[in-house]
Amino acid sequence: MRSSKRIISYHLMLLPGMLILILFSIIPMFGVVIAFQDFIPGIPIFKQSWAGLDNFTFMFQLPDSRRIFLNTIIIASMKMIAGIIVPVTFALFLNEVRTRWFKRWVQTVVYLPHFISWVILSGIMVSMLSLDGIMNRMLSLFGVEPIMFLASNTWFRYIIVGSDIWKEFGFSAIVYLAALAGINPSLYEAAAIDGAGRYRQLRHVTLPGIISTVILLSTLSLGNILNAGFDQVFNLYNPLVYSTGDIIDTYVYRIGLVDGQYGLATAVGLLKSVIAIILIALSYKLAAKFANYRIF
Amino acid sequence: MVQSKTWLSRSTDIGIYLFLTLVFCISLFPLWYTVALSFSDKSAANAGIVSLWPVGFNLSSYRIILEDHKFFSAFFVSVKRVVIGGAINLILTVLMAYPLARDRSMFPGRNMYMWFLVFCMLFSGGLIPLYMTIAELHMLDSIWALVLPGAVPIFNVILIMNFFRNLPKELEEAAIVDGSGPLHTLVRIFIPVSLPALATVTLFSIVGHWNAFFDGLIYMNKPDNYPLQTYIQQLVVRIDPELLSSLTTDQLIQLLKASDKTLNSAKLVVAMIPLLLIYPFLQKYFIHGIVLGSVKE
Repeated sequence: MRSSKRIISYHLMLLPGMLILILFSIIPMFGVVIAFQDFIPGIPIFKQSWAGLDNFTFMFQLPDSRRIFLNTIIIASMKMIAGIIVPVTFALFLNEVRTRWFKRWVQTVVYLPHFISWVILSGIMVSMLSLDGIMNRMLSLFGVEPIMFLASNTWFRYIIVGSDIWKEFGFSAIVYLAALAGINPSLYEAAAIDGAGRYRQLRHVTLPGIISTVILLSTLSLGNILNAGFDQVFNLYNPLVYSTGDIIDTYVYRIGLVDGQYGLATAVGLLKSVIAIILIALSYKLAAKFANYRIF
Repeated sequence: MVQSKTWLSRSTDIGIYLFLTLVFCISLFPLWYTVALSFSDKSAANAGIVSLWPVGFNLSSYRIILEDHKFFSAFFVSVKRVVIGGAINLILTVLMAYPLARDRSMFPGRNMYMWFLVFCMLFSGGLIPLYMTIAELHMLDSIWALVLPGAVPIFNVILIMNFFRNLPKELEEAAIVDGSGPLHTLVRIFIPVSLPALATVTLFSIVGHWNAFFDGLIYMNKPDNYPLQTYIQQLVVRIDPELLSSLTTDQLIQLLKASDKTLNSAKLVVAMIPLLLIYPFLQKYFIHGIVLGSVKE
């Protein structure tokens, strides 16, 4: 009796959250039927005319589709690769530091950008990268002509990747620093007794100590191959760099909410979600297999 | 031999310290530069002669902000959103994490709920269907459009659930023997012993609410209802695409020159201040939070 009463309270405690999820997660999921309709805003969803796969066939014919999928994958892969190399390198360097206050100062400053929004950082970047900004002024000292960085298809992707790394490398390094701190000190002592110098300790103790973390995080990041970073690109791009910087998410926003082509936008979004879910499932499966990783 | 080794090791150390000092400067410089710009004279900023220190130090841009009614109303919308949104996130997190931390034997429906949560975390209807749902619910231009769609932070629920599961089983058993009900046990026993973990997830949801701009942009039709980040996005960052494509490069240069760099920088600085104020707490807890995520049975 007592325990069935407890179980009822458990259900009641979960109720408010469940209602929220049904309202804002489950109900919108039914909205994906728009992808198969000739959706006209203003008419109820069940009175819309069906279009079958027209939106999808149209999407594959659009020259834009190829471009946005390519841009997304290129930008996301560049971010993924640099997003492993830079934080690992930084963590290895910081791990060599024995001066406490120095270490603390560096950590305090490099973690900070992670918490600042892309809106603010974009505002800062626009002012630094403009024609009369500090970047161009420094380059002019070396005789370089002013460059319109944010309007240049040569530079745009590098700026996106570079600024993303600048924002996140410190925070990403925390995991690696934790892994480094977890290496048993007696391994270093044993290596030193065997006559291993600094570099051989790095190669034979430190690197093997963090390689499993590196593999785990790289595997998990595979699920993000279609996420090139909406907030960042949205705040930094403009029509001049659509050919190198326009990604799936920004495109869905423009053709959907700006141009009102709801059916097409939902179809593009749906295709992205389906591919993303397959990738996420795959990456978790790989992570479970190679690193015995589970989320719950 | 020994001597040359020490010499090598010492120069390596110097190299490491120099490298990290450089990294430190690169991380700090953009923020520092923005602060310097915001205190500079307008013409000096537009002429591009400001670098490390303000040129022609003055407070005029901050004075303009103080009189800017729109800026403050946006700031207030953001504060309201952080308070309401953060509170709802925290309440729903503990309310859901506690029953889900029970074993299947104690709570038969537990796994069903877990699958439901994971399903909601992985699948989404996407941008357009969510927008239409919000519009259908007549929540456009209301603060609820900013706090309710993300009211259940599923990842945090799982994190706290794992934390609760790792607490000693005796806590729960003692409570049952004492005859205290689940809600009472949660409030009196589980919440007090998990304050650091709860502080971690709450700080993260506060930062998330403070930094969000996109929902404000699409759900708010009246600029008066914009939260601060959306306001800044519209006024400082965004260049009107139509304007941009109709201008020649020379005209564009003129336009960019005319933009008010000092005032914009001052707005960015003010928008960063609340974050800098909670940053010491964040720093105290977030390492704990990351470790929290990796603790599993």
